[in-house]
Amino acid sequence: MISIPWTVQIALRALRVNKMRSALTMLGIIIGVGAVIAMLAVGTGASRQISEQMASMGSNLLIVLPGSQTSGGLRMGFGSQPTLTLNDADAIQKECPSVQDVAPIQNGVAQIVYGNLNWSTGVYGTSPGVVSVRDWPVGSGRAFTDEDIRSATKVAILGQTVVDNLFGGIDPIDQIIRIKKVPFRVIGVMAVKGQSVMGQDQDDTVFVPVTTAQKKLFGTVFAGSVRQIMVKAKSADDLDSGEKQITDLLRQRHHIGAKKDDDFSVRNLTQLMQAAEQSTKVMTLLLGAIASVSLLVGGIGIMNIMLVSVTERTREIGIRMAIGAKTWDIRLQFIMEAVILSLIGGVIGLVAGITGSEVISMSAGWRTDVSVVSAVLAFAFSGIVGIFFGFYPAYKASLLNPIDALRYE
Amino acid sequence: MKLIEVKNISKIYQLGDIELRALDKVIVDIEEKEFLAIMGPSGSGKSTFMNIIGCLDIPTGGQYLLEGIDVGQLTRDELAHIRNQKVGFVFQGFNLLSRTSALENVELPMLYSGVPAKDRRQKARAALKTVGLEGREDHHPNQLSGGQQQRVAIARAIVNEVPIILADEPTGNLDTHTSIEIMELFQKLNNESGITVILVTHEPDIAAYSRRIIRFLDGNVVSDMATADDKGMRGEVRK
Repeated sequence: MISIPWTVQIALRALRVNKMRSALTMLGIIIGVGAVIAMLAVGTGASRQISEQMASMGSNLLIVLPGSQTSGGLRMGFGSQPTLTLNDADAIQKECPSVQDVAPIQNGVAQIVYGNLNWSTGVYGTSPGVVSVRDWPVGSGRAFTDEDIRSATKVAILGQTVVDNLFGGIDPIDQIIRIKKVPFRVIGVMAVKGQSVMGQDQDDTVFVPVTTAQKKLFGTVFAGSVRQIMVKAKSADDLDSGEKQITDLLRQRHHIGAKKDDDFSVRNLTQLMQAAEQSTKVMTLLLGAIASVSLLVGGIGIMNIMLVSVTERTREIGIRMAIGAKTWDIRLQFIMEAVILSLIGGVIGLVAGITGSEVISMSAGWRTDVSVVSAVLAFAFSGIVGIFFGFYPAYKASLLNPIDALRYE
Repeated sequence: MKLIEVKNISKIYQLGDIELRALDKVIVDIEEKEFLAIMGPSGSGKSTFMNIIGCLDIPTGGQYLLEGIDVGQLTRDELAHIRNQKVGFVFQGFNLLSRTSALENVELPMLYSGVPAKDRRQKARAALKTVGLEGREDHHPNQLSGGQQQRVAIARAIVNEVPIILADEPTGNLDTHTSIEIMELFQKLNNESGITVILVTHEPDIAAYSRRIIRFLDGNVVSDMATADDKGMRGEVRK
């Protein structure tokens, strides 16, 4: 049988003869492969962004918010009525088996002063549990201890943005800053965290012990009240049971009768994010499927042109058969032509797809990720399209009767 | 052993209710190194006969033995292999691949028999030299005259060292002078290389180069005889 390199050479020559036609046929594949790669890039970009945000928020996170206040028929919304206390947080930690860690939050905005510089930012009173709950380690220095909480020590852990704005290259640890004119000793700096889901700079923050925040900075509506309680469940599977345990526990602690509404709410953010991620995946699949249709159309274009080519070259096929070309020699020749057509189209489409997704991410500001898998897949798929749509014309060519083919004008 | 044994072959085409007998129980034997002309009006069955001899077609009845092989029993690909190894075709319209150099046209049969690239090139050059086209290796068919194109076709036919050349009106598209040159080339190949040449022609002048003439009419052989002078010298006289 004829060797593959020769088949390639014959195919390339045949394609060169009709440059314009080859280019136009390729265009279908170029657009198809390009579209598949660009669409998948948009989809994977979006879902990766979501999963990264999920990770930055902390995984398996439940948020307990105080209930709503009703005053004169006006319902004020969740959080308007302070109902949660530090004791609630401790109880959740101790009594809910699905819960791994708890971080109560009492926060406010405050002016921070170091030397002659000042910076206004969110100050969060919390507990040592925050490191685990938010998956956010302390970068340098130390974290809070239970002792800090018990005795409401005036210590602070800064986010990197605050450090950058107050300390020009000085090591902030053991420096004294003033928050609302109260002196605090800096004991640590949180690791850099980046943007939150909402695009907020999460590093623009200061942590202090929750008890200190209550007593020295923001006060409380009643003894021990906190703005919210962040809870980390032991695993993703524990989120639902955790939610139920917390609800039951707090209803009991807050003496809520069977027919009364909760005076708090438990939010499952992870679930929300997972739903978002799931819908992004569906979107990716959908975009990819639509793009695949154009690849399919490109393939049909190849088949069309190959059929024309077989008819045009009937005489050539007859000559080759008379000279001794076997069935598969002829088939291979035409399949190879189709495959080369679609592979060249695939390479150009690959470049077009990568360029296209760059353009999309620059112009629309979306994040796009061209994954190696999608590139390889699209490229391989273009080859398969060539074989698939090249086969029928090649098959037709190989079945020609050599006598008729030789006589064909 | 005879080179070609045609035993009672028939070729019958069924066109609806009508039965068309293109060949009707034809018996012909051809020895090695013969130079044979086949004549007859169109529709006489000579083309069908040539197609069967050339393994492009198989008979519907009878037996065709080529070097003792029963061709009727072979598959499509086996026939292709026989054509590649045993038969060289020369056509009226040359049938070269356009946009392909003379050398590559001649290499073509060896591509399908898997001859290594180096031998291929060497043999193709040698074949072109035999037909007197040395130095024209890189010319494309459209850069060659009709006679030169037919020489390339002959080089392509002999390059696989086949025992038989089948020439279907090889001079039909050529002027008288060039026709003589081509016929002399066939004579040379027949005399020097011992290749059996079977040619179809309408022209008695061309048939006169052969040593044996078979005439077809209505699917039958009506005459089979040696030419008066079978030394093949008549070309000289004619000039």
